[in-house]
Amino acid sequence: MEEFQPTIIAFVCNWCTYTAADLAGTSRLSYPPNVRLIRMMCTGMVDPKYVIKALLEGADAVLISGCHPGDCHYINGNYKARRRVKLLKEILPRFGFEEGRVKLTWIGASEGVDFAATIKEMVSEIKGLGPNQTREKMVI
Amino acid sequence: MAKIAKIEVKEQGLIASMQGFFRTLLEKGDINALLVPHRLPVKNTVMPTLLTDPEKINGADPLAPVFPINAAKVVSKLTRRPAYGRVAVVLRPCEIRAVVELVKLKQARTEEVVLVGLDCLGAYGNVDYLRFAGENGNGSTQKYFQNVLSGKGTAWEGIDISPACKACEHPIPENVDLLIGLLGVDTNDHILLKANTPKGESILDKLRLPGAKEPEARKRAVDALIAERSAYRDQMFQETSEATADIEKLTSYLSDCINCYNCRVACPVCYCKECVFVTDVFDHEPSQYLQWAKRKGAIKLPTDTVFYHITRLAHMSTACIGCGQCSNACPNHIPVMEIFRTIASYTQKAFDYEAGRSVDDEPPLSVFREDEFKELTGGKH
Repeated sequence: MEEFQPTIIAFVCNWCTYTAADLAGTSRLSYPPNVRLIRMMCTGMVDPKYVIKALLEGADAVLISGCHPGDCHYINGNYKARRRVKLLKEILPRFGFEEGRVKLTWIGASEGVDFAATIKEMVSEIKGLGPNQTREKMVI
Repeated sequence: MAKIAKIEVKEQGLIASMQGFFRTLLEKGDINALLVPHRLPVKNTVMPTLLTDPEKINGADPLAPVFPINAAKVVSKLTRRPAYGRVAVVLRPCEIRAVVELVKLKQARTEEVVLVGLDCLGAYGNVDYLRFAGENGNGSTQKYFQNVLSGKGTAWEGIDISPACKACEHPIPENVDLLIGLLGVDTNDHILLKANTPKGESILDKLRLPGAKEPEARKRAVDALIAERSAYRDQMFQETSEATADIEKLTSYLSDCINCYNCRVACPVCYCKECVFVTDVFDHEPSQYLQWAKRKGAIKLPTDTVFYHITRLAHMSTACIGCGQCSNACPNHIPVMEIFRTIASYTQKAFDYEAGRSVDDEPPLSVFREDEFKELTGGKH
């Protein structure tokens, strides 16, 4: 049997984590290809429904990653994102989505190594959790 | 120390004495209008009605065990901008708590409002109420109160008050200027009227009602009712959690949803002026449906039902005051209130927030602290 390959949707901010991902690429660092990056101007604009939709559509996990506290290009977007992630982590596990399927990290523009390591770690965590329950179920 | 007066009941009965009080309030209370549940002359139903003529008060029936809408929505319409007149609004505790939330969302103001709250003994669903009231509206209200206050309970011929009311641990209005007390009071003789704020006290002084004391039985009666309702609530939380524990169960729980959005329309704290679910974001391309169907082999239509409910939970469960109008409005009898209150109990606790408690509490998603929830990012800064 083929090994389960998770799909991870990552909402990353333009200024920090996307730049870090770019750096990881230009530095020729390798990390698993399971992640689909969606570049946002700020984690503060990640509406909870983007995360909900991704998980209902069958994504195995969602990563939200932005600037370290104090470094937000828009001053406080990442603090707002953190409250929303807290909210989602209260709601989604009640419906059987394991808590690890939503992850928040801070990865700065210079931390390409950190980005590659975070993706590696997350992919292995999600492999451990197994496929999301919505993969085969008829839910929209 | 709150000022307390009494409204005499004696032989005229509860409803007439209550109407007498409203007449006095409108004539002497320095207010321009009164918003009160009122029996409609055209049909035997009760709706919030804005009154300025004391003679028209003879249909007021704030004790009728029904509230077809959460009147906080009406208060919002009356107060979102200056009305240049003072209105006394007679509300249930859940309606007052919704007003508190709307004030924080800048969708209502209390500057020109006198909040009058009643002890709430619960209400039937809209459809059940019409059956309960039959042809005799006032008589049915009397019957309801006699039954409840004498300990016979709220059930009648197979119908009972709504689950939201059974699970409501806030039967006594908070944050009101004037409180009308019934629980633990000898309502054959009088009703309690308590001024909780300076605004309320100045009105009470103008009405020149006889003074009274809060009977000792009141606290006992209130505590007993809250204990009963909290027990029901906890049981409901447990049953609902089990019924929605995974996505398959949740889908089955919500499977009768037809995307009518009545629950959202009826919700007093669903605050967006335009809901994203009615915008063209959700006007999917026809080919999109075919793709979804192809990917999973089958797709239920309408789509976006589970998505809608979880999104609404994320948007407003922190503001949910548990009035149950969502369930009341559902054409397919989905237990919407149960799932919202259950999830709200977690989301509100996570932010140490209680919807409707105080206008000074900040809505959780409108603020942030620099130094919080560090565990979400593994304690890293």
